[in-house]
Amino acid sequence: MKKLLLLTLLLPLNVLAVESDYVLVIKDHQFQPAELNVPAGKKIKIVIENRDTSPEEFESHSLNREKLIAANGSVSIYIGPLTVGRYPFYGEFNEATAQGVIVAK
Amino acid sequence: MFSTAIIVFREVLEAAIIIGIVSAATRDVRGRKLWLTAGVILGLLGSGLVAASTGLIASLASGVGQELFNAGVLGIAVLMLAWHNVWMASHGAQLAISARNVGASIREGRSECSILLVVVGLAVLREGSETVLFLYGISASAASGANGMLFGGLLGTLAGIAVGYTLYAGLLRIPMRWFFAATGVLVMLLAAGMASSAAHFLIQADVLPSLASPLWDTSAQLSEHSVLGMLLHSLIGYDASPAGMQVVFYITVLALISLGMQWAAKPQKSI
Repeated sequence: MKKLLLLTLLLPLNVLAVESDYVLVIKDHQFQPAELNVPAGKKIKIVIENRDTSPEEFESHSLNREKLIAANGSVSIYIGPLTVGRYPFYGEFNEATAQGVIVAK
Repeated sequence: MFSTAIIVFREVLEAAIIIGIVSAATRDVRGRKLWLTAGVILGLLGSGLVAASTGLIASLASGVGQELFNAGVLGIAVLMLAWHNVWMASHGAQLAISARNVGASIREGRSECSILLVVVGLAVLREGSETVLFLYGISASAASGANGMLFGGLLGTLAGIAVGYTLYAGLLRIPMRWFFAATGVLVMLLAAGMASSAAHFLIQADVLPSLASPLWDTSAQLSEHSVLGMLLHSLIGYDASPAGMQVVFYITVLALISLGMQWAAKPQKSI
């Protein structure tokens, strides 16, 4: 475990750099855009900006991702490479309104 | 209210299961309850602190500070649990002879207490900070039904603690002959599951490659969000759609701890 962790330090981060960023904005407990188109077969970085005054948690079962975003905060999340398909996500703290889907094409 | 209860239950369950197993595994350690309580209190204080600085932590390391923080916390817990198991294995000879001697030899192990403190504290810290944020969000929004949701949170907390306690009480009923072998295996699986979660965070932060994402997908057969899925996730690190790297971490930790335990048990046998 230790050795493995040390090995990871040797990985130059820029080798894993991704090409483009996508932005999701949370406002009034809703995601904008509610449908985000991304290319399939590529690693993608999504920046999530929370413009609400309460924290939110980005959650997607199909993407196997879960991440907190503080009130008025912004975080980055890496997903993929994805196969072609629809990947729904939601805000766990406001599930009724915070719904969206990532479409990999 | 019900959905709140489930969200909080999920967080509390993980911590409760860890506490249940670890406190059973250290059943004979003197002053154990004091250290356990201290761990929970420190963890709660810490989770308040972490929740309050979520924005700060998240903004570190260009937006992936949260993942690095979680992976670090999990890594420490894995090392502690591994060390606990290796230490227990080094007393394997006594374990076989008589339970009483075991009790005595464990009592000498002051370091077991600090392991207990750290593992329990970190478990509460990690799961607690998310719960604190969630409940804070509800009370801050002060929307209609906030009371019901807070009540749901309380319900979830109690249900999570009940499961942890049931596990603890159940483990204590295992006959002494098998007890340490059983808790040893549980602690090992717990550590492997945590290592897999740590790998998951590092992939999400783009520090590690995923290798295969996912390696398999059993979310249709057994969702991680079903009750059984949640239990298995907390107990043995079940992931319905793990990345290849998570499986590598899981197996590596299992292998390293078993090797460590075998190595530690050897000198005892020759005496």
